[in-house]
Amino acid sequence: MAEHTVKSFDAELELLGRHISEMGGIAEKMLADAMDALANMNAELAQQVIAVDPRLDALQRTVEEETVSIIARRQPVAVDLREIVGALRISSDLERVGDLAKNIAKRTVKIAGEGRVPRAIGGLRGMHDLAVVQLNDVLDAYAQRDAERAKTVWVRDAELDALEDAVFRELLTYMMEDPRNITFCTHLLFCSKNLERVGDHTTNIAETVYYIVGGRPLPTDRPRGGATAAA
Amino acid sequence: MNEAFHNESRPNAEALGDASGFFPALPEKMSVRNLDFFYGDHRALKSVSVPLFDRKVTAFIGPSGCGKSTLLRVLNRMYDLYPGQRAVGNVLLDGENVLDPKLDVNALRARVGMVFQKPTPFPMTIYENIAFGVRLYEKLGKADMDERVEKALRGAAIWDEVKDKLNASGLSLSGGQQQRLCIARTVAIQPEVILFDEPCSALDPISTAKIEELFDELRSEYTIAIVTHNMQQAVRVSQYTAFMYLGEMVEFGETDQIFQTPREIRTQDYITGRFG
Repeated sequence: MAEHTVKSFDAELELLGRHISEMGGIAEKMLADAMDALANMNAELAQQVIAVDPRLDALQRTVEEETVSIIARRQPVAVDLREIVGALRISSDLERVGDLAKNIAKRTVKIAGEGRVPRAIGGLRGMHDLAVVQLNDVLDAYAQRDAERAKTVWVRDAELDALEDAVFRELLTYMMEDPRNITFCTHLLFCSKNLERVGDHTTNIAETVYYIVGGRPLPTDRPRGGATAAA
Repeated sequence: MNEAFHNESRPNAEALGDASGFFPALPEKMSVRNLDFFYGDHRALKSVSVPLFDRKVTAFIGPSGCGKSTLLRVLNRMYDLYPGQRAVGNVLLDGENVLDPKLDVNALRARVGMVFQKPTPFPMTIYENIAFGVRLYEKLGKADMDERVEKALRGAAIWDEVKDKLNASGLSLSGGQQQRLCIARTVAIQPEVILFDEPCSALDPISTAKIEELFDELRSEYTIAIVTHNMQQAVRVSQYTAFMYLGEMVEFGETDQIFQTPREIRTQDYITGRFG
C-alpha cells in the first residue's frame, strides 16, 4: 500500500503492528511453555508462564492507548480505521490467550504433585499443537494482511473442536476406569477447555484480519465440530 | 491489500453511468450525464456522470484541480459568464437540460442557488442583502417582504443574532455570520437546489459547526451539493459522496460506503491521506 503523505502516521501504524506481533510472540511462547510444564509436571516452568502474563497485559494497555491516541489525532477512515480498530480487538484476544495459558500453568502448579495418568496428556498435546499452529497462522495472516489465510484458520477451528470432543471422551474413560483419576482428569478437562478457548480467540483474530483487509465480515456461521462444543 | 476485494466489486463504469439503477427508490433532482467541460482547449471534466438525489446532501471531494468546483459551476451555468468556457453533455434538472442555450439562465439560477467560499455580502443593510435578490424575481409588499426576510434569516440560523440590527450593514457581521447571511440570501429566493463551494473554509470551528448543523435542516427542503476539502466535513454533512480526480468521476456512493469500504484504490488512497 502507498505511504501516507504524513510519514509519522505510517510510523505510528507500524509501531502498533509491532506491538501486536510482540503480543502474539509472547502468547505463543506462554502457550507452548504451559503445555510443556503440564506434560512434564514442571511447576517451575509453570510459574514462569504465570510471571510473564503481566507483560502481555501491559502491552495490551499500550495498544489501547496508542489506538485511542491515533483515532483522536488522525481521524482515520477506511482501511486505516479498520487497521486501528482491528489492532484493538486483536490485542484483547491475545491478552485472553495469555490468560488461558496462565490458567493451564496454574492448574499444573496445583496438580504437579498428584498421581498422573501420562497417556491422558497425549490428547491435550494434540489439541495444543493444533492451537499453536492456528495461532501462528493467524498471526502470519495478520502480518501479511492475508484474508484468505485468515479464512483458512477460521474454517480449521472445527478440527480443534473435534479434538476437544475426543479428549473429553478419553478422559471420561479414565475416570470411569479408576475413580482415583478423577481429580487429575478433571483438571485436564479444564485445560482442554482452555485450549479450545484459545482456538476461539484465534478465530476471532481471523475474523478481524479478514475485516481489516476487505472491510467485510466473515459469515456469522462458522463450521463447528465436536459434540461438546456447546458446553 | 488483497486485490480480490476490489475485483469482486461492481464495475466502476456501471456504478457511475447509471447510478439511479443502484438507488432505485431515490428520485434524482439533478442528473449529470456524460458531461465534458472545456476551458478553451483544456478538458477539465471528462465524461462525468453523477446524480444529485432529491433532498439529499451530496459532497464532492478530490484534490485541487480535479474539477469539482468546475462541475458545481456547470450546474447553474455560472460558467456562462466567462467566454471560452463550454460544457458538452447533459445536465438535467427535473428532466430538463440546463445546458440548453434557449434556457432562461436567470430562472435557472433562481432554482439552483449558490454559496461561495468567501462570504460575499452586498455593501448594504442586512435586510437589503436578503430583499435585493427577492425583488429581482418577485414583487412583494412590505409585510410579505418582512416575512420573507425573517423566514430566510431563520432558515439560515442567524435570525436571533441579527433581528435587532436589520438596518446595520451586512459587512459589519463576523465571517461566520456573513456566510450564514449569504445562505439566507440564497434561501430567500426559494430555490430547489443549493450549491456550496467550500462554504466553511474561511470560517472558525464554531461557525463551521453552525453551518454544518444548518445542512441537516436545509436538506429537508433543498437538494444540496457541497464541494469541500475537509473530508471529515463531507462525512458529517453528506449522505452521498463523489470522489473526483483529474476531471474524472472516480467513485460515487453512499457516504458511509465511500469512507468505510471504498471500491476504488484511488478513492482509498485519497481519503486515507496516501495520495501522490
